[in-house]
This record gives sequence, C-alpha cells and structure tokens, in this order.
Amino acid sequence: MTQEPILKARGLVKRYGKVTALDQADFDLYPGEILAVIGDNGAGKSSLIKAISGAVIPDEGEITLEGKRIQFQSPLEARDAGIETVYQTLALSPALSITDNMFVGRELRKPGFMGKYLRMLDHKAMEAFAREKLNDLGLMTIQNINQAVETLSGGQRQGVAVARAAAFGSKVIILDEPTAALGVKESRKVLELIQDVRSRGIPIVLISHNMPHVFEVADRIHVHRLGSRLCTIRPGEYTMSDAVAFMTGAAEPPAEATAA
Amino acid sequence: MSEETVSRPKGQDFEASLERSDKRVASFEHNHRGVMDHIQKALHGNPTLVPVIVLVLSVVIFGVIAGGKFFSAFNLTLIMQQVSIIGLLAAAQSLIILTAGIDLSVAAIMVLMSVIMGNLAVSYGVPTFFALLIGFAGGGAAGFLNGLMVTRLKLPPFIVTLGTWNIFYALNLWLSGAQSIRSQDIDANAAALKFFGEAFKLGSARVTYGSLLMIVVFFALWFLLNKTAWGRHVYAIGDDKEAAELAGIRTDRTLVQVYMLAGLVCAIAAWSSVGRIGSISPQAFYEGNLQSITAVVIGGISLFGGRGSILGALFGALIVGVFQSGLKLAGVDVLWQVFAVGWLIILAVSIDQWIRKVSA
Repeated sequence: MTQEPILKARGLVKRYGKVTALDQADFDLYPGEILAVIGDNGAGKSSLIKAISGAVIPDEGEITLEGKRIQFQSPLEARDAGIETVYQTLALSPALSITDNMFVGRELRKPGFMGKYLRMLDHKAMEAFAREKLNDLGLMTIQNINQAVETLSGGQRQGVAVARAAAFGSKVIILDEPTAALGVKESRKVLELIQDVRSRGIPIVLISHNMPHVFEVADRIHVHRLGSRLCTIRPGEYTMSDAVAFMTGAAEPPAEATAA
Repeated sequence: MSEETVSRPKGQDFEASLERSDKRVASFEHNHRGVMDHIQKALHGNPTLVPVIVLVLSVVIFGVIAGGKFFSAFNLTLIMQQVSIIGLLAAAQSLIILTAGIDLSVAAIMVLMSVIMGNLAVSYGVPTFFALLIGFAGGGAAGFLNGLMVTRLKLPPFIVTLGTWNIFYALNLWLSGAQSIRSQDIDANAAALKFFGEAFKLGSARVTYGSLLMIVVFFALWFLLNKTAWGRHVYAIGDDKEAAELAGIRTDRTLVQVYMLAGLVCAIAAWSSVGRIGSISPQAFYEGNLQSITAVVIGGISLFGGRGSILGALFGALIVGVFQSGLKLAGVDVLWQVFAVGWLIILAVSIDQWIRKVSA
C-alpha cells in the first residue's frame, strides 16, 4: 500500500468490566475501497465499528481521519466529521416522507424572512435534492418522493438510508449488515448500490456475515478475531472457506496477511 | 490458493437465473385494488380527512334534525366559544401525544396558572401584565418539570403526568385556599384577565376573542410542526425515538422543549379561561385533561405517536362541541351526549389502527 489510509485506528482498547471487547485493535481503510469486516459473534466487530462511528469511546488507542487525530463523543460528531453509518435498523422514521428522512437533522431553510425568522423549511429545494440523489443511485423506481418510508419495500428503504449517507459529502460510509434482512433480488440491488457509491470515490466499510456478498464486492477483507485484527486478505487470493477458517481459528493466517 | 482466483463472477451462481426472473415486484392484488384500499391509502396520506368528514356530516345531520336553531350564526359561534378552552388544552395535548407520550396534567397546569395569575393581579396588586408573564413562565416551568422527569428519570409520561397532575392540583388548592376569585373582584382589579371573554358582533354572530385565540394558536402550532425542522423532529421522535436519535436528532432536548411548549399553551389557556368562565375557580376543568385527550383522539392523532395533524385536534374539539349542542337542541338527554362521545372515541381509534395497516 503506497497510499495513506483515509481512516486509521491503532491500538484500540475497550473494556466492559472484565470483558475486553477490543484488545489492541488496528484498522485501516484506504481511499476508494470497499473494506469488509468479518468476524465471529463476540469477536468485537461491533465494538470496533462503534468506536469508529462515535457510538462508544475507546479506553485506549487513537483514530485518525485523513491524518488528523479524532476523538468522537457521539455519533453526531462522527457524522459531522464525515463518517456516516447506516445502521442495521436503518434509523428511518417510518411515518415521515422520503424527503423528510433524508434531511433529518440538516434541513434546508427558505431564504429571506420566512427562513431566517420563521425558520420555514424549503420543501421544494429538499425534494429536488432528494430526487436528484435517488436518481443518481438509480433508485427512481420510487415514484413519489413524498410517500412515507413505511410504504417502501425493504430494499428501497435500504436505498433511501444509503442515499442519505452518500448525499451529504461524506468521507466514509459504514454499512452494518445491509443485506441481512433482504431477499435475493433486493440484496442484488443493494450490492449494486454499494458498488455504485464506491465508484463515486467514497470508501465503504461493510460489515456482513454473508460470505458470498463479502467476496463479491469487497476489495479487502478485515478479519476480526478475539478483539483485534487477525489479518487482512484480498478476496481474489483466498476462498470463502479460508476466510471462515481464519475467522473461527480453524486455520492460522499466513504471515504476509497479518502484516498488512 | 483457490479456484476463485481467475475471475470473480458477478453475483453468485444461484443468482444466474435472476436474469430471466419475473421483474414485476409483487404485482398480484394490484388488479383487485378495491374502493376500501383507495380509501385506506387516502386516509394514510391524510389522516385528518376522517375528523373533517365527521365534522361536516355531524353539522349537516344536526342541521336537519335541530333545524334553524342549530344552524344560526349565533349557535355556531357559541359552539366555538364553548370548545375554546378544551380546544387549547387539546392543542397542548397534541404536542405531547405526537411524541408518543400523554399529558394528564394539562388541565391542572392551566388551573394552577389561572390561580397564580388571578392571585397576583387581584389579591397582591401585581400589574396584570406581569401577573400574566409570571403565569406564562410558570406554565413553561411546569412543562419543563414534566419533560425533565420523562427524559432524565426515564419514566413513562403517563406516570410522570399522573404524579404532577396531583401535585399541581394540590398546589392549586393551597395557593387559592380552595377559594374562588369572584368576577367583580377581577373586574375591579385586573379587567385585562378577562380580555378573551369579550366579543365582537358579526351580524347576529358573537365571536369571542377566546375563540379566535384558539384558532390562532392551532395555526401557529401547525406551522411550527409542519414547516420547521423542529416540527419534523417532533414527528420523528414520536415515530421511532431510537431511529431519530441515530439520525442525529437530540431527542431528549427536543422532548423537554415539547413539554415546555405544551405548558406554555396551558398557561395561555389559563388566561383565556378567566374570560370564558368569568371567575377563577380552583375546582374548574377537573376533567379537562380527559376531554383534551378525547378531542385529540377523535381528531385522528395516533396515541402511538408520530401520526396525525394538530388541526385534527381542533376538529376533534369542534366535533364534541357540535354533538353536545346538536343533541341538546334536539332535546336529547345529556347522558346520550356522553354516550355518543364514547362511541366516537372508539371509532376514531379503530380507524387509526386500520389506517396504519396500509401497504404500498
């Protein structure tokens, strides 16, 4: 790797009482790549992702974004710094419209008196922006931008959540189990969407248990085991069964993979 | 190292047949979309339609039954006047119910603030303007207390406001010494407290400023809830608090603000209530909280939060007023008014449940 990682973590430690969830964990995400994070249940994947996305504060270690040291106190701060997380639950409000959901927390106000003093929202501008972003990602099978999110299919909802993450000039997008709740066709759409987002130059961290999906879209795979990074492998060089073997401790990873 | 090194297939083998698959998404049923489905979908998009339809129907039906007496401009403005206080409490209640909470203390806050305003202005000679300001601040503070307990102690709103209902009621009896302030005393010392009881003539109609106040407050809150970011956040919190938090809303802060605003609206209702009943009584509006919930529910606002328009609560309050007036003019015993309102509540909640089941 000649490039510098856009997001880098070194020696992260997180303890919950006697349980050590993160034990000197390292993490590297390079510009423009899709990095999959895999690991058995309890390996500390979630703690790692939470530390990066600001949901937990690590006890030790440091995280840098574009070379600058960062210390998030909340997910909101991480988002403001450009790290967007699409949670497994999607964090969408079902009764609100697609537009309202995309702009939650960063609404646009009307110019002039109405916006400045009455704080009136600029619905037209927000709708146009939302439509453009969904169009960009090929999600315009949605006809009505003002329909409630609960009237969308699972894949469409995922699409709205990803579009929201990608729409606001974010530097890194973290996707937590994006295909776990979806059927075959919808998973395919979401995988295409992930690749589409990557082609726009936004690096993606993909957490998934679905090996075929991971091997299909990831550029590199970060294998997490017992609280730290065991190795990083390229999907072209190893099989799925190799990855599962490393992840579960059935096989030792080769030395060159652990060094990366 | 593996057989997969050469080429990475697009998708998995088992997905190859997807190319030839039926591209329609769940298209069955579409041909059979019946009238009821269309109604359900329309109501899902606009849940306030139900109370509007019920209001128009009930006005027409009572107009036919009770005739000219009901339809007179005098009677229609009288209904407005009669619901003006419960209407304001329903506006405050709507704010809380939209966040998936409930506020049993709205009427107690209102009565306590009217007692505070009245005592300061009438008994202690505080200028009416300052007495009112202190009352508004008190309403906000009462709401702040509710909001703080809901967000910091993480207690259910029902329990918090059940507690503060009793607390505010007791304070109200203590401060007033369980004594009413007589109308003449208010006239003599602080006539401005009765401002909202005054009226202007519009033909044979007598429109009180209190009725206008109710409508102005409803439209101001409607603007706030629908046209500002803060309002959309209130809906998002009521819809799914955890999702709203993850999406970047400071949910606890917004919730406290909602309770404070509701408390302020109760204090405004307190001022208006002095004009409406003429005196200040610590025993007044004891059932006001339940009546406000009734108006909100009949107005199509979901008790589960996040759905419905605050204007629905205005229509809900008017529906109750129209029923009471219409049945009275038709010579029906009062108990049947209560009976009818009871069924309206159950009907309104059933419709809400049905609307929620809508699918794309």
